[in-house]
Amino acid sequence: MTNAPAVHPSTRPPVHPLLSVRNLVKNFPIKKGAFGRPAGFVRAVSDVSFDVMPGETLGLVGESGCGKSTTGRMILRLIEPTAGRVEFDGVDLTSLDSRAMRKMRRKIQVIFQDPFSSLNPRMTVGAIVREGLTIHKIAEGGAADARVKQLLDEVGLRAEYTSRYPHEFSGGQRQRIGIARALAVEPTFIVCDEPVSALDVSVQAQVINLMQDLQRDRGLAYLFIAHDLSVVEHIADRVAVMYLGKIVELASAADLYRDPVMPYTQALLSAVPVPDPARKKSRVVLTGDVPSPSNPPAGCVFHPRCQHPAKDAACTEIVPPLEEKAANHWAACIKQPPTGVEWRVQQAAGGTKEPKRWAGRPVDR
Amino acid sequence: MAESPSLLRIENLHTYFYGDGGVARAVDGITFEVGAGETVGLVGESGCGKSVTALSILRLVRPPGRIEPGSEIHFDGKNLVTLDEKSMRAVRGARISMVFQEPMTALNPVFTIGDQIAEVVRIHHAGTKQEAWDRAVKMLETVGIPDAAQRARDYPHQLSGGMRQRVVIAMALVMHPALVIADEPTTALDVTIQAQILELLAELQQKFGTSILLITHDLGVVAETASRVIVMYAGEIVEESPVEELFAAAHHPYTEGLLAAMPRVGQERERLATIPGTVPPPTAWPSGCRFHDRCVYAWERCSTEHPPLYQIGERHVSRCHLAEEPMRRSQRHEPAAAIKS
Repeated sequence: MTNAPAVHPSTRPPVHPLLSVRNLVKNFPIKKGAFGRPAGFVRAVSDVSFDVMPGETLGLVGESGCGKSTTGRMILRLIEPTAGRVEFDGVDLTSLDSRAMRKMRRKIQVIFQDPFSSLNPRMTVGAIVREGLTIHKIAEGGAADARVKQLLDEVGLRAEYTSRYPHEFSGGQRQRIGIARALAVEPTFIVCDEPVSALDVSVQAQVINLMQDLQRDRGLAYLFIAHDLSVVEHIADRVAVMYLGKIVELASAADLYRDPVMPYTQALLSAVPVPDPARKKSRVVLTGDVPSPSNPPAGCVFHPRCQHPAKDAACTEIVPPLEEKAANHWAACIKQPPTGVEWRVQQAAGGTKEPKRWAGRPVDR
Repeated sequence: MAESPSLLRIENLHTYFYGDGGVARAVDGITFEVGAGETVGLVGESGCGKSVTALSILRLVRPPGRIEPGSEIHFDGKNLVTLDEKSMRAVRGARISMVFQEPMTALNPVFTIGDQIAEVVRIHHAGTKQEAWDRAVKMLETVGIPDAAQRARDYPHQLSGGMRQRVVIAMALVMHPALVIADEPTTALDVTIQAQILELLAELQQKFGTSILLITHDLGVVAETASRVIVMYAGEIVEESPVEELFAAAHHPYTEGLLAAMPRVGQERERLATIPGTVPPPTAWPSGCRFHDRCVYAWERCSTEHPPLYQIGERHVSRCHLAEEPMRRSQRHEPAAAIKS
């Protein structure tokens, strides 16, 4: 059995990472019976490590239940990790008490998916944006009013809107209010959990452009969690792909989309419908569903659905380490060379087919 | 407009909702056809009227909503708008059926999936209880549920999202309807499961010769499945065209804007084009062209004169005055909505 390497990639080593996530784990107990005894665990996140650089956007993609949102919430400590470290600007967030953590939230903010449930319907827009200023004692009175108006202006909303309530706004406008609220305390890092998924295409584009402008002007770093692969390719510098609680591939957006290595990433990318009827593409259609995270498959978590021609018994035994397959391109697959899991080790685990590079089926673009 | 003899022909459909805030003209005079065996994509953003169109076809619009007099929905030689409720029940589920977006709410949690599919057969008096059950199991097999005889005894919560959507499709197809209306059938699903479901729909269409009216906001899904596309905006059809032509040469500025606003896999990373402003409320559609205040080409004529559907190509129509004044396309400017907000 091999474990993922303890130290993880960063594409720009000389710069100190803003956020370092190391070996993060979350197990949710499954409660059974009248007394709620734990009868097992849902392994939502197992051994996840990555860095986010200052001013960078790291995309975190995967299908429902892969653990991407749980990872985001653990960084914010809205969910307590079972194990692992989250280091922000040199401070281990997992060791902070609630008071110190609250102070930290000035630097780390969040934008949620649902602009309908993430804004308090009883508070005016002004009060929503102002709350952070008061809590962190950033501004009061007239200065706070001026700051709120300035923030609304920055996210493209009219200053007169301060006295209105969230229900008076469209989905896109509400998401702008959510962004203004996050920006109020001048964070350096924002966890964006599916920030544009609930929006129509035309409005989605407005919000994406706004987020990119704000990043450029303020040097923000984003952890951009999304299931929409086209949106992530557009906004992210690097992308991490999750499957059943693990990172299975991590590379620059350009490399990952051009040359995906892990067979899951290949299938995922080939499943995206292409808005061009002239280009019919061949696709890797995955059969079956994602297995239950309460009972993940042994070995490579993807092996039951994998279509790699060299898949064999070794894949059901050996947990593939996240390895550097090309410069700054990390993937977890013992059948895609180069791999540190030597052929004789694979044979000892029942392997019969030697690793051989596979490109997935050709994807016509 | 349909390639093959038309199966469904909608003429001048108006569906209005009478609320406290005024009359919402959700569907405001639409005309189109669906041919036998054809897949037609009906696209548009929230509030454009695409789902109300679907509900109108099945006569599922509830008060305060109403299909306005003068609207016609021709199907099987009948006008569904004036059909009595009993005859309409014989159409629903048997001749026209619907696949909804959210499979969990479309299924009843307290009945097994086999029972729910068999019930459709029983309602349409198509066999004994045993025959209905057998038909349900066979249909579950057809939609790719492994071990169908066993799984038919499962309850919806025991299935994954993708499997549930297969059950919903089995239920929609069990009577071999002539038309299936699929309202965002893959929106709630993950992309790899979406690929499975779209493939299944295409397969079943081949097998049964069913026509599909596919309602979606996802232009990628439309490009891969539909042969013809209808674009709706503010309760009206603004463009209709064969799918290749729409993606290669969209005419209406709204369609053009939608296509440009989509981030695409493999595309150069440039700034996304946006459509400024938001869809107006259905109680107050703008005068003239309903898109004029968000349009980058709009001129005086657009705010006063409501454009008809102009013929652009043999099977391509567009509700835009640019059809008559094409040189205006070179005069892009900041739309009114961008300046206001």
